[in-house]
Amino acid sequence: MTFDGSMTFDYAPAPESRSVVDIAPSYGLFIDGEFAPGADGKVFKTVSPSSEEVLSEVAQAGADDVDRAVRAARKAFEKWSALPGAERAKYLFRIARIIQERSRELAVLESLDNGKPIRESRDADLPQVAAHFFYYAGWADKLGHAGFGPDPRPLGVAGQVIPWNFPLLMLAWKVAPALATGNTVVLKPAETTPLSALFFADICRQAGLPKGVVNILTGDGSTGAALVAHPDVAKVAFTGSTEVGKAIARTVAGTDKKVTLELGGKAANIVFDDAPVDQAVEGIVNGIFFNQGHVCCAGSRLLVQESVADEVLDALKRRMQTLRVGDPLDKNTDIGAINSAEQLARITALVEAGEAEGAERWAPDCALPGSGYWFAPTLFTGVTQAHRIAREEIFGPVLSVLTFRTPEEAVAKANNTPYGLSAGIWTEKGSRMLWMASKLRAGVIWSNTFNKFDPTSPFGGYKESGHGREGGRHGLEAYLNV
Amino acid sequence: MPITVPAYGKEAAGRLASMADVTADDGALRRFLHGLPGVDAVGLEARAATLGTRSIKTTAKAYAIDLAVSMIDLTTLEGADTPGKVRALCAKGINPDPTDRTAPKVAAICVYPDMVATAKEALGDSGIHVASVATAFPAGRVALPVKLADTRDAVAAGADEIDMVIDRGAFLSGRYLAVFEEIKAVKEACARPDGSAAHLKVIFETGELQTYDNVRRVSWLAMLAGADFIKTSTGKVAVNATPPVTLLMLEAVRDFHAATGVQVGVKPAGGIRTTKDAIKYLVMVNETLGARWLTADWFRFGASSLLNDLLMQRQKLSTGRYSGPDYVTVD
Repeated sequence: MTFDGSMTFDYAPAPESRSVVDIAPSYGLFIDGEFAPGADGKVFKTVSPSSEEVLSEVAQAGADDVDRAVRAARKAFEKWSALPGAERAKYLFRIARIIQERSRELAVLESLDNGKPIRESRDADLPQVAAHFFYYAGWADKLGHAGFGPDPRPLGVAGQVIPWNFPLLMLAWKVAPALATGNTVVLKPAETTPLSALFFADICRQAGLPKGVVNILTGDGSTGAALVAHPDVAKVAFTGSTEVGKAIARTVAGTDKKVTLELGGKAANIVFDDAPVDQAVEGIVNGIFFNQGHVCCAGSRLLVQESVADEVLDALKRRMQTLRVGDPLDKNTDIGAINSAEQLARITALVEAGEAEGAERWAPDCALPGSGYWFAPTLFTGVTQAHRIAREEIFGPVLSVLTFRTPEEAVAKANNTPYGLSAGIWTEKGSRMLWMASKLRAGVIWSNTFNKFDPTSPFGGYKESGHGREGGRHGLEAYLNV
Repeated sequence: MPITVPAYGKEAAGRLASMADVTADDGALRRFLHGLPGVDAVGLEARAATLGTRSIKTTAKAYAIDLAVSMIDLTTLEGADTPGKVRALCAKGINPDPTDRTAPKVAAICVYPDMVATAKEALGDSGIHVASVATAFPAGRVALPVKLADTRDAVAAGADEIDMVIDRGAFLSGRYLAVFEEIKAVKEACARPDGSAAHLKVIFETGELQTYDNVRRVSWLAMLAGADFIKTSTGKVAVNATPPVTLLMLEAVRDFHAATGVQVGVKPAGGIRTTKDAIKYLVMVNETLGARWLTADWFRFGASSLLNDLLMQRQKLSTGRYSGPDYVTVD
């Protein structure tokens, strides 16, 4: 072989093995420590979005199932909440250890059911899932020192409804603090990604968790609605769309249910002319293309200082050309499949609106697989605040690029949104970074990085991005009677 | 983007002349280097780590292993070097795997100046280059005339490539123009009477420059002064080539190429010992600079023990079995 620079270095397929995960052809509901079919026998299919292959059939929980699960959780609450914190911690530590031991299996499962690349489920999702359980295990016997009084009490049954973008991680964000504080849980995973929650049910059994402490109900929006409306649910935790969040807020209005809502976002990623350009480009890519852009805190609006806009855009386009779109189980895939046909249709519609409104669309040359749901990484230039793609959450791999002239203008444009979940600031100047951070109306602000998560750090939004905080010491408050 | 010309070609000088305003005096050079975009250490290291997770298997691995072998500057830089040792290394460079003559030969044999003639003779018409360290390697702490004499001596003895060290003291004290002028002078000393010239690799000793901002600045400085290759390290200090430092140098080469059209090579050296590491570097080159740089003309590994690990992995791929250290040569 001669090496004269004429050959390309093509990466051979490097698929992670599917054989590490054993998916049953059907699953029941996990209530009171047992898997059982739904009361009315209804089921639905869950498919792999990268191939449209049916992975399994799961039960559709109805109102009777919700009632049975909440009663099981209520019954379990008496003993669970009376356990010393150190005893509850043992279960959480055990769950965390089992998740670590089974992380390869769970990562493959998550990539199959969700469509996200294995590199991300392996290196981002699963380590964070385990970290959340470890972190809140540590709090379980220290609640009296968390700043909520000497002996803060749990609330009761937490009804938790989670989205499809980080199925197991969102479960961890919800379940770990709930159990650490002495609550019991009825959790409904998203309709399109039920499998990892069902595997988690198995992990609860493996850890010997008392029956009824964690109950998993699969189903669609009606299941979630019945759960949050159930009179014995003392605490509602929801992550998902602003539309559903508003409906939940209406449902619980006038009751004594405690609610946290983590909803949509349209985050500004703000790049100043003195930014570390190569790292800013990585941050932009990570901000919007991580997890196919299915991230509520995605940096979906790039605000770049006009004086460096061309330079940054050239570098960004060059970088986007190296993104590898394809099989989620290939270890070299950067961007996987869109989670569902429905979501793909929503992304496509908004992108068409962007073109119709006169923004300029650009995407690198990349072949998309023939079956499954796919969308090429895309950016729009010439976007103004008046465009729909600058205002509405796309929840896909689509970046809207806007420019600004001064820091004041950057703040004004960044805050000019009904949302307020996250923001990014790229500058080498510390004083400007701190000034910006104090002016931006967003729950999480990253500087010279983006989409960094840690169980010790609280996460949540302003305005239509929701209320309440998850993670860190703050995350305990939502599950305590304080 | 201007048409690409190699850094060692005649046209490159004209391209560099177009940047003469930034190297006109100490002030201009300082303003230019300090005006380059900063480097965020966390982000740079994260990017290098992510590229390190690429999974290179089967045919891609076979390609990468042979490519890596062909890019090695097989090196011996010891006080104890003897003609016998150098000749043994040359023989290994020509036929790295005595049991498999399809293994590619290495790119160059890298020695001290007094061993150049020996290496040249041992390599004969193999096509393998002789690279010589010069300019009072590794510390470089002698007067400029001595450095130039060291360089001329190596070139006269037949060196195809000169690996010079920069004056880190001058760089760290902010005397950028002094460093620039010294590189230029060494480049001139690389000229041969027939009008050709030895290729110049400029070693930064990034372990001593410490900060990533310094690495970006020194990369531009050396390329502006006419470096054909930029090289991380001597291999003689505690911290040698690292993936983030090399990635940053690749980015500087990419940006310099975009600005001038001049193609410059990159050589990480020191500390790269395993096939796994070498492949990570090739992935960085591939995804930062592209196929044009994936040749021994534009990317090298300064290494000695790396070769045997590559050969063992190569044997594993072709036979399906791990052989062991007794099935590769100890030189």
